Amino acid sequence: MAALVTQTAVELGRRLAAGEVSAVEVVRAHLDRITATDDRVRAFLRRLDDAALAHAADIDRRRAAGEPLGPLAGVPLALKDVLTVKGVPTTCGSRILADYRPPYDATVVERLRAADVVVVGKANMDEFAMGSSTENSAFFPTANPWDLERVPGGSSGGSAAAVAAFQAPLAIGTDTGGSIRQPAAFCGVVGVKPTYGAVSRYGLIAFASSLDQAGPFARTVTDAALLLQAIAGHDPRDSTSIPRSLGDLTADLERGVDNLRVGVVREFSGEGLEPGVQARTTEAIERLEKLGATIVEVSLPHASYGLPAYYLIAPSEASSNLSRYDGVRYGLRVDGDTAEEMMALTRAAGFGPEVKRRIMIGTYALSAGYYDAYYAQAQRVRTLIIRDFQSAFEQCDVLAGPATPTTAFRLGDKVDDPLAMYLNDVYAVPASLAGVPAMSLPVGLDDAGLPVGLQLMAPLLGEATMLRVARALEADIAFDPTPRGERALPAPSVAGPTEVPTP
Amino acid sequence: MSLSTEDVRHVARLARLALSDDEIESLRGQLSDILAYAEKVGEVATSDVPPTSHAYPLRNVWRDDVPQPSLPPEEALSTAPLAEDGRFQVARIVEEA
Amino acid sequence: MTATTEQATRYEAVIGLEVHVELNTATKMFCGCATDFGGEPNTRTCPVCLGQPGSLPVVNRKAIESAIRLGLALGCEIAPSSQFHRKNYFYPDMPKNYQISQYDVPICLHGHLDIDVDGETRRIGITRVHMEEDTGKTVHIGTSGRIHGADYSLVDYNRAGIPLLEIVSEPDLRSAAEARAYLAELRAIVLALGISDAKLEEGSMRCDANISLRPVGHTVFGTRVEVKNMNSLRSLGRAIDYEIARQTELLASGQPVQQETRHWDEDAGTTSTLRAKEEVFDYRYFPDPDLVAVEPDRAWIDALRAGLPELPAAARARLADAHGLPREVAALVVSSGLTGVLDAAIDAGAAPAEAAKWLTNEVLGWCTAHDVEPSAVPLRGAELAELLALVGDGTLSTKLARQVLEEVLDSDKTPRQVVAERGLEQISDSDELAALVDTVIAENADAAQRVRDGNTKAIGALVGAVMRATGGKANPQLVNQLLSERLIDGGA
Repeated sequence: MAALVTQTAVELGRRLAAGEVSAVEVVRAHLDRITATDDRVRAFLRRLDDAALAHAADIDRRRAAGEPLGPLAGVPLALKDVLTVKGVPTTCGSRILADYRPPYDATVVERLRAADVVVVGKANMDEFAMGSSTENSAFFPTANPWDLERVPGGSSGGSAAAVAAFQAPLAIGTDTGGSIRQPAAFCGVVGVKPTYGAVSRYGLIAFASSLDQAGPFARTVTDAALLLQAIAGHDPRDSTSIPRSLGDLTADLERGVDNLRVGVVREFSGEGLEPGVQARTTEAIERLEKLGATIVEVSLPHASYGLPAYYLIAPSEASSNLSRYDGVRYGLRVDGDTAEEMMALTRAAGFGPEVKRRIMIGTYALSAGYYDAYYAQAQRVRTLIIRDFQSAFEQCDVLAGPATPTTAFRLGDKVDDPLAMYLNDVYAVPASLAGVPAMSLPVGLDDAGLPVGLQLMAPLLGEATMLRVARALEADIAFDPTPRGERALPAPSVAGPTEVPTP
Repeated sequence: MSLSTEDVRHVARLARLALSDDEIESLRGQLSDILAYAEKVGEVATSDVPPTSHAYPLRNVWRDDVPQPSLPPEEALSTAPLAEDGRFQVARIVEEA
Repeated sequence: MTATTEQATRYEAVIGLEVHVELNTATKMFCGCATDFGGEPNTRTCPVCLGQPGSLPVVNRKAIESAIRLGLALGCEIAPSSQFHRKNYFYPDMPKNYQISQYDVPICLHGHLDIDVDGETRRIGITRVHMEEDTGKTVHIGTSGRIHGADYSLVDYNRAGIPLLEIVSEPDLRSAAEARAYLAELRAIVLALGISDAKLEEGSMRCDANISLRPVGHTVFGTRVEVKNMNSLRSLGRAIDYEIARQTELLASGQPVQQETRHWDEDAGTTSTLRAKEEVFDYRYFPDPDLVAVEPDRAWIDALRAGLPELPAAARARLADAHGLPREVAALVVSSGLTGVLDAAIDAGAAPAEAAKWLTNEVLGWCTAHDVEPSAVPLRGAELAELLALVGDGTLSTKLARQVLEEVLDSDKTPRQVVAERGLEQISDSDELAALVDTVIAENADAAQRVRDGNTKAIGALVGAVMRATGGKANPQLVNQLLSERLIDGGA
């Protein structure tokens, strides 16, 4: 019998529903796995063992009493520490919120609780979601389970790593400019950025308001679809929340790709793209063709302006969103002689270098005399990118290409070169700017044995089609998500419900 | 765009960030590089293109004027680094708003 | 200045007013916290208006409705699409360190307001009306309670997020009197619409003035000075007069006027520098990504227009034309918010001039003494009519009627009920009074004799005695008459 921690959410859900195993056993198995491995992975900023076991016990009690429970009831989940949980420290990976206990729950957290998903811990992240490696966490970096000397990606590095390490079958991350898709690609797991507005941002501590979206990590497409279903939907507390439903995300999952058109973006190639990534991407697209899809070449003519536009828009919104951290109402306070001094000292002490950089860029881009050439111009470029996608989707149903230009790089490699770090997201940001749904699916390993992710993108509210294509490809490839290689985290042992800790 | 030290100081003041001279100098170089890259957006002809501030176009999202429960004051103040008499305390304010 | 200037340059004042009105909606601009006044600090707050991480704004539809109604009442165009912008600056009473406001796409544009000064009507342009949220309140702890010299400050966010409308006038005003007239009329309109109690003294209406001078006949604007902290119509007038004089003196002596913000000191009667406007705040406005466009449809706007109440200008004209009230009386009734009561009183049979007189004297006096907004006075027009009828038919003396009015206002009784309960019917029965008069004459023989001897004024004391004996209910004219018959017209 396979270890509980290697099960998918679907499998666990089935076994829990059938009474073969209890929620407490499932949760405990995962907590043990975390204990055995997180000294090396460091995916979690905070474990929530007591609350998780209490929730699990309650689930078991209610199930025993005959209460009907959802398909994810009792399944463990790692929650990126950017979503508010009432009374539980929520840090955003930042010193400025190190002891902050929110007075309210995020909508996503309420929906997870309603689905009886068991949150086992708060996952590590780049500070305020700014970064592509989780090295910007004020606390410590997370390691990639595939190679513990490499980054898991960012900013949702902890969430991706937890799932890849079998610490939880599910995780929630957030994606502003690739922060779900890129770590998913680096860690060999599935990561989905929904249509902008499909998932409520109430309680999602803001980085860039017009781009932020919470989304699922899992080791399978079906698991990711179920989790997305559980958290998506209109929220009257979020004015940007889409009134329409995403629909049933699992109904068509197994339909295959017959007669679907897959567009390959001409501009997503060339300089900076590693050969290994290019090769796995090409193979994956060829598979799609064999499975019945029609491949077409499409163009997103303004794609190369996506990253520059993103690095004006996102920091601008962030500079305003982060103004509230001033030591007056919550968070860190460094005393000063005057209120003005207190604010400036608090922010200087509480924010890390990347956050400061982006606040400065954003403040500059919005400032008098520069607004039109920078921020406004970036928003006009954004309109052109949106039109590019609209045209592209007239010729195809989904777009496919590499999720990232490279596989996971070594810890420390890019920390001193902000621009080099930003280039990680070159294929990811256009979808963020356009608000369209996008995901990363593991499609193989490069020659160094590191995971390669394929990015799929669909029109607004096109998640069902996008997931269906991903599912078909996943079934065909049968990628083994178990980290392996010289410096990989040891796999869970295949023996009974709980694992014997590795000495 | 190459930023001067005074540019950086000015922006830091606007953003209420107390930066050391070393930080200002290193930021000057980094910000100049990043802005030089971001300025690429200026290459695109956009004279008839309207800016997008919302990727998914919604309009008229509002709520009815019906009171909802507020936080009990203990909860409202629970996060305060310093409070006195039910209010959030700050050091003396120099500038009038 | 050249020595050969033959006469001093004559300057004209160019004044624009920025007025903020606090709306009386039940909830705040972007969250469901109640807006009712008072309450302990930080008891009307939530994650949104505290600016907690992760919180999001959702706009109050009623605030939009109020903005549209005010815009319509001011003859504005209602923008087919308007946006919220963030105005970024740091201050402890700002929960997010940005204020959600409107910038280049406000909800109302290009309106006007007509004012009457010295019999002349002038049309003052209104540039825009927009929506924004209020800040929290700071208390400065230290020696003076003012910000300078304070040791520290304490912030209460109950007020943070309360809806505000900002009304910006064109710089069309030319004097303190015009500015006062503009503000008074704007206030009357706001009261008529019922969207705010618009009290300058309490801060639910606030006014800042922008004042500059230019030589008469010139079209280029002079240097503008912003003046803040005027908390009454009178303050506004005094501050503007002071500032015009100050700037005139500077210019006359060849000195430039500094562009700055000045603070009006009510006690000293002067303005002083608050901050140099060269330090212009860079607010870094950008469209708020958390809020979507407001696009009121035609049907809604038309319905609101159709439902507008009678506005002050129309009410004044109507009261003057239909009821022959003098302009000043009509203006006072309307600006006090008593039009409705007057109309109802007239409908119930009261004489317009008399009813207006009682409203503008006794009723307004009671409102001031009891700190009640006149537009909310607990008096129905029919009750006033009833009271005036009781005076008219001799049941009540005027003096007693005033007392009855007090009680009617203080309770929910009608005049008839009060009169009945207190047995206040005026005694007008000649026989009854005659007996009393005779008694008083007998008891006050000396005074009575002085009257007989020709000191007719001494009759007053005897009238007084009769009034006292009857608890004020005797019909004073009748008493006077009866006394006169006995003492003056040749009686014993």
